[in-house]
Amino acid sequence: MAQPFRLSRGGRIDRARPVRFTFNGRTIEGFHGDSVASALLANGIHLVGRSFKYHRPRGILSHGPDEPSALLSVDRGPGRIDPNNRASVVEARDGLKTLSQNHWPSLEHDIGAVNDLLSPVFVAGFYYKTFMWPRKFWDKVYEPFIRAAAGLGKAPAVPDPDRYANRHAHCDVLVVGAGPAGLAAALAAARTGKRVILADEGPEPGGALLHDVTAEIDGRPASEWLSATLAELDSRENVILLSRTTAFGYYNHNHVALAERVTDHLPSPGTAPRERLWQVRAGEVVLAGGSHERPLVFADNDRPGILLAESVRVFVNRYGVAPGRRIVFATSGASAYAAALDAKAAGLAVTLVDLRSDSECGPELARLKAAGVEVLTGHTVIGSKGTKRVTGLIVAPVDRAGRCGAHRVLDCDCVGMSGGWTPAVHLFSQSRGKLAYDERLDAFLPGTSAQAERSAGASKGTYDLAAILAEGFAAGAAAAGSDERRSFTATPTLTGFRPVRAMPTDADPTKVRAFVDFQNDVTAKDIKLAVREGFHSIEHVKRYTTTGMATDQGKTSNMNALGIVAGQLDKTLPGVGTTTFRPPYTPVTFGALVGPARHALFDPIRTTPIHDWAEEHGATFENVALWRRAWYFPKAGEDLHKAVARECEAVRRGVGIFDASTLGKIEVVGPDAAEFMNRIYINPWLKLEVGRCRYGLMLKEDGYILDDGVVARIAPDCFHVTTTTGGAPRVLAHMEDYLQTEWPDLKVFLTSTTEQWAVIALQGPKAREVIAPLVDGIDLSPEAFPHMAMRSGTICGVPTRLFRVSFTGELGFEINVPSDHARAVWEAIWEAGQPHGITPYGTETMHVLRAEKGYIIIGQETDGTVTPDDVGLAGMIAKAKKDFVGKRSLARPDVVASGRKQLVGLVTDDPKLVLDEGAQIVADPGQPIPMRMLGHVTSSYWSPNCGRSIAMALVADGRALQGGPLHVTTPEGFARVTVVDPVFFDPKGERIHA
Amino acid sequence: MLLIACPYCGNRPETEFRCGGQAHIARPSDPGSLSDEQWAEHLFVRSNPRGVHAERWNHVHGCGRWFNARRDTVSDRFLETYKMGETPQSQKSTSTDSTSTQAEARA
Repeated sequence: MAQPFRLSRGGRIDRARPVRFTFNGRTIEGFHGDSVASALLANGIHLVGRSFKYHRPRGILSHGPDEPSALLSVDRGPGRIDPNNRASVVEARDGLKTLSQNHWPSLEHDIGAVNDLLSPVFVAGFYYKTFMWPRKFWDKVYEPFIRAAAGLGKAPAVPDPDRYANRHAHCDVLVVGAGPAGLAAALAAARTGKRVILADEGPEPGGALLHDVTAEIDGRPASEWLSATLAELDSRENVILLSRTTAFGYYNHNHVALAERVTDHLPSPGTAPRERLWQVRAGEVVLAGGSHERPLVFADNDRPGILLAESVRVFVNRYGVAPGRRIVFATSGASAYAAALDAKAAGLAVTLVDLRSDSECGPELARLKAAGVEVLTGHTVIGSKGTKRVTGLIVAPVDRAGRCGAHRVLDCDCVGMSGGWTPAVHLFSQSRGKLAYDERLDAFLPGTSAQAERSAGASKGTYDLAAILAEGFAAGAAAAGSDERRSFTATPTLTGFRPVRAMPTDADPTKVRAFVDFQNDVTAKDIKLAVREGFHSIEHVKRYTTTGMATDQGKTSNMNALGIVAGQLDKTLPGVGTTTFRPPYTPVTFGALVGPARHALFDPIRTTPIHDWAEEHGATFENVALWRRAWYFPKAGEDLHKAVARECEAVRRGVGIFDASTLGKIEVVGPDAAEFMNRIYINPWLKLEVGRCRYGLMLKEDGYILDDGVVARIAPDCFHVTTTTGGAPRVLAHMEDYLQTEWPDLKVFLTSTTEQWAVIALQGPKAREVIAPLVDGIDLSPEAFPHMAMRSGTICGVPTRLFRVSFTGELGFEINVPSDHARAVWEAIWEAGQPHGITPYGTETMHVLRAEKGYIIIGQETDGTVTPDDVGLAGMIAKAKKDFVGKRSLARPDVVASGRKQLVGLVTDDPKLVLDEGAQIVADPGQPIPMRMLGHVTSSYWSPNCGRSIAMALVADGRALQGGPLHVTTPEGFARVTVVDPVFFDPKGERIHA
Repeated sequence: MLLIACPYCGNRPETEFRCGGQAHIARPSDPGSLSDEQWAEHLFVRSNPRGVHAERWNHVHGCGRWFNARRDTVSDRFLETYKMGETPQSQKSTSTDSTSTQAEARA
């Protein structure tokens, strides 16, 4: 028979719309409106998973987001399988496939259940105690074992094919939770005309009103009030009502993140995104997130069939499902009586066990007795019977001193337990509000606010329906700037409970396992052991025992754990304090957080106008900052080394063409431009002639090199500044900072022109011959256009700023042309260069050629702690300048002291040995460990033009060691090297002036 | 995410800004005249108050302008933002703000 535990009537399910999904391959039939949990229960399925540590059979504990046990893998089609979905919040729909987790070979027969027999071994801190020694077991034995045991469910194996959206929204009032408090708040706020967003995590707004079938509000059934309220909110254009939307993070300045599940409940999602992340910036926030019921802590309280009492009520009333035919409610408070009354009214056999004495009870006791239900007051729960499903509850009378009387077994197929209520203060606490402990309610409540928010309803510890509605209404009105108040009449709610941490028992407490944290298998015994072992801070107990650290973050368990710790330490609850609430409130998919920022949109890639040409000519690329640069141009059969050797020789013998467009470019313009340059750079600028270039070096105020680059004076009030490829943004920011904040009196504009100018570097003895036929308006002769000059003219009819500069040590030009024309000019030069054997080269060859000349690269020879003198460039400092950024620091004691690392060249005894960049350098490899390390290799290459390896290094007092031997670490041991001047090729620098 | 009022653009999310550290530390007009200790103090020593702190912010992914702000480091509440060179409201009033920072005292 299908759905044997479906009640014949009742519930908000649509019995005319059956749905079919599978659980471990078995077809499950339910109705539209079911959760996976309610449909499973309707089919009598309670065993849905195995616990994390002990592999104990576990069932469905809750009906809502706090579910710790019923975690399923959900398969929505190829590539759409993800683990650890709570059966209580996944909506049943056609075609869904669900799977239980953490067992082998099957849910029914799980080998891992042997852990349950070994449980005396798996005590709190088991891992810390067991996996210590011997040392050699760490990598080979312990880590593989822990990795195999770790985690619940299986991570998806293929990329997520779904689309996720991200939306920014603003509102005057954000209301979190659409239960009675949230609805009343939204109503009050909406009526003021303010913009309201109401977000609720469930598929249907209403909260507890969806299952409170007997309550009346203002003289009519609560369900009617709910429909009327939703209709009004729906009709208002200033209200956005979001269902299936969890407010999971409360950040600074009322920035609240919501995750909206858009299509998971639909059989065919269509083109809509799977989920949508809402980043809401709210003027005011009303928190109405409700509360979570506490389980009772007694031996074997984790058997399938043992639910929270209110969840039994929800399954009966909202889903029309009997979680069992013979239900025992076990409670220490009044709310379970309402559940018992509703279960009884649904025709189920009901018994109720209350830890409280008759005198502690309110009107609930008489009402339940009047309904004909057997009530055992003054009784504790000793334990449960059954294995894969509860078959009985062992109870006993108990006095206030905790002495237990004779045991009695109440046969049952379902238990509804209630240990009281915990307000959901998660978001309030995330907002950095301070919690205050309320002894009467045994709860931490919102205390002092840190942001513009207020709480209402059960999340504030208000449990009576009429009070909840009034409080919600007042909160919504106040949030919208109105002082309107109104009262509601409603059926009185059964409230009040006696806080109980662990149920009194006459069993040996070291033998029983009474679970506090169901998902992480933490028992009361574990927590007591942790306290005995000296863990007194609740944050330490949490981490040592892992209580509250599972995917449910201890929503059901934290207060019980806290209470047990307080009891062991003989402290009050506030004396122990709570652990920190952090986002997310419930698990959020990575997809929702990432949104559209995937693939090409994850990190932008910058390419130059020459990029496509390089691709067409077989370039291999490398990433430099955000840029993708041509690394080398291999010909058929060439690897990196062969290609680079060929490119290097081609530049020195003929001519090479290189795309230098990624160089940062800044136009410094204004009457005070030269003065500004003088203050930013170490060099002098006032007397630089128009049409001349200078290699500039700039420091941070601490005296260390920030960046370098060639600068041309275009006009008396205009400088064309170039920076390193990666340094362009920080150089511009550095300049802007000084210009805006220190020297606002200087009349200077700074404009980034990196993207406007493409730069074609043409380097080699034949460079002039190649461009000569293409250039107009510039005399290219060496006399008229010497090294470090700049001329404006045209090339191929395109305006150019032609720099005669070189980063190779050869005759060379850097041809600046507007980016739009760059490829045409490049191809014209490429054609013109064919008779001269023009060779395209990439960044690797550029690096080798500059290293042959001893030119530094920022970030390679420098690391933020290197001064101009350290790299041998102190001569560039303008002696006459009284001040520039960083000058004062060059006189700091540690900068002028001897022993600083200085740039030198290194040549290996074995000319074929190419040192590792970063390798450490010592004077005497025979010295005892730890050795004194003198510095490290900063650049190292095979130099085709030198016919040997070359290296640059920063070495303590290196310049004084010239000619002497040092030793450098290699994977094979130390290599002997000789310290040399860091210029390896054409040391007189004649070629550059050709 | 903080909500920061750029004095030129209005309220914008924190991701558009970059914090530039403590405000109102003017670069000495003649660094060469400072002792090593004075220069080290200028370069490296910053206050880290629990409470109101004057900071430099740059609307880097917006107008690009630098401005100053007074922020409570405990609550992250911004008391005010103001343009470079302007005097914060707190110092225009005659009453002494007991939480004013070392930075403001030095400014």
